[in-house]
Amino acid sequence: MWRDHLTEIIVFSVLFLLVSAMGFVAARWRRPQDMAHLDEWGLGGRSFGGWITWFLVGGDLYTAYTFVAVPALIFGAGAAGFFAVPYTIVVYPIVFLVLCRLWSVSHRHGFVTPADFVRNRFGSPVLALLVAITGIVATMPYIALQLVGIEAVLKTMGVTGDSALARHLPIIIAFAILAAYTYQSGLRAPALIAFVKDSLIYVVILVAVVYLPHKLGGWGSIFDAADAKFQASPAPGDGILLNANNQLQYVTLALGSALALFLYPHSITGVLASRNRDVIKRNMSALPAYSLLLGLIALLGYMAIAANVKPLPGAKEGSVDGNTVVPLLFDQQFPDWFAGVAYAAIGIGALVPAAIMSIAAANLFTRNIYKEYLKRDATPAQEANVSKITSLVVKVGAVACIVFLDPQFSIDLQLIGGVIILQTLPAVALGLYTRWFHRGALIAGWAAGMGLGMWMLYQVGNPVTGKQHFAGSAFPLSEFGFDTRKTIYVGIVAVAVNLVVAALGTLVLRAAKVADGPDGTTPDDYLADEGTPRASAERADSAPEPVA
Amino acid sequence: MATPEPEALETARSRAKDKSPWNWLLFVPIVVPLIPALFNADSPRLFGFPRFYWLQLAWILLGVGTTTLVYRMTKKRGDH
Repeated sequence: MWRDHLTEIIVFSVLFLLVSAMGFVAARWRRPQDMAHLDEWGLGGRSFGGWITWFLVGGDLYTAYTFVAVPALIFGAGAAGFFAVPYTIVVYPIVFLVLCRLWSVSHRHGFVTPADFVRNRFGSPVLALLVAITGIVATMPYIALQLVGIEAVLKTMGVTGDSALARHLPIIIAFAILAAYTYQSGLRAPALIAFVKDSLIYVVILVAVVYLPHKLGGWGSIFDAADAKFQASPAPGDGILLNANNQLQYVTLALGSALALFLYPHSITGVLASRNRDVIKRNMSALPAYSLLLGLIALLGYMAIAANVKPLPGAKEGSVDGNTVVPLLFDQQFPDWFAGVAYAAIGIGALVPAAIMSIAAANLFTRNIYKEYLKRDATPAQEANVSKITSLVVKVGAVACIVFLDPQFSIDLQLIGGVIILQTLPAVALGLYTRWFHRGALIAGWAAGMGLGMWMLYQVGNPVTGKQHFAGSAFPLSEFGFDTRKTIYVGIVAVAVNLVVAALGTLVLRAAKVADGPDGTTPDDYLADEGTPRASAERADSAPEPVA
Repeated sequence: MATPEPEALETARSRAKDKSPWNWLLFVPIVVPLIPALFNADSPRLFGFPRFYWLQLAWILLGVGTTTLVYRMTKKRGDH
């Protein structure tokens, strides 16, 4: 009953309203001369310094869903869920140099989205459209998942109802507020809110990792309790250590997720909003502080085991909602007012990434679909306007996903999202280093990687839950005819095939002398820093036809 | 596109910076956390954490240390 959680609900609501007010005020923060420009609304004026970027990108990458789902995974499966830690360690050295090049070329040419870059680099509107659609499709379920994070909290507080509408009303209200201030303030809103969100999360987690082990008999007994649970469970893949069959999956999932992370449009939006290359490089050293936080949050899953937390029932009869274990742990172990603060941290934690993701998806639509195919001569003010309206549409879509579909569907889609966004790697990430690939071959590689990735995900079942398709991303190698029980991450295989097809296709198309697109960038563009002028002659957004 | 002389000099210098041999160090924190043989064991425990957990958390320091070192070594001269 919600009456038992009154203190929690009040603390949660007060903090939630406070950040909502900040979201509206953000439009005046670092006020630009002209807000009616996509650079201002969608990239915060490309002016954020080190601290703002750290909070913004940190708040963007480490989402509420991560904070709820990773411990849930550890709670259910053990060591395999800890992949999130190596994943968020290896990502920064991988992108340390890549993102600087992307920032520079975008700074020179006024690119707002990764598809803008691909359009200009390979002279191919079709390839750019594929990159844009891939980005939008991968981002949509991710936004919906942020709602799953809020719902887990609301459910634990007893804010729920019998009819679908009553159950979802709080989320609809929360998202309506979010939509309103994102519409008004653009990227400035999540940038300002991120300060509050991350401070709350740091406080909550630091308290949790000091206070809870003390209450639960120390770290040693927490791990022992988890070990005892997994020893007793019949599932073969769980345990507090990896076994011989899931190590390859663990490593490839960490690497594949790291490669995918900065291909997501919302990560790129956060990076392009920074002021110069130096800000990016310093942040690559500073962002792993969040990885430490994530590692500690992951271990909350084991604390929940040691504290005997039983997850609340799921949407379907007989199922359990693993995402409720962390909120339940807080409810059980913390005083009410502090549990309220923790819930607010998770709830607000959902708003920051949801806002950035909807902005990123809206920018992709505006730049690479609206401007490319619907209105070539759109002014910057029209672009900003279309983006603002699209960001509203995107959020309505995300809410509809949660209200009308089984949340499991969003989780499946997000799983697919990681695999499909990885298929833009050759065009976007390798494209920053080499122009060797032929545009036609990149399209063929994308199609091959997508097709194979979908097929592989479709084949993955889970005998424990009885789900036959899309039950995970661990593909059994025996399906390829190998005599083994090892599994591998689908995304890595799909992107490898994508690369092979793109390389072979390039050789074939070159040999057949098929015309390739012109390259609108110069080698110097990739090294430009703050203060260098924009390349005016070849502005991607002012050239209706590719300039040869 | 004709580029003015000073800018060409500037980019030539920053290209040298982009190609610094220090950058190869970045491979260390990419490869090491992806070798399960190093950390997939219970002992020794540290503050109650099995090796699997404390050593992987320690790789964060490895990552931070390496990227910071590379950043400092490849920074433009004259910067603070």
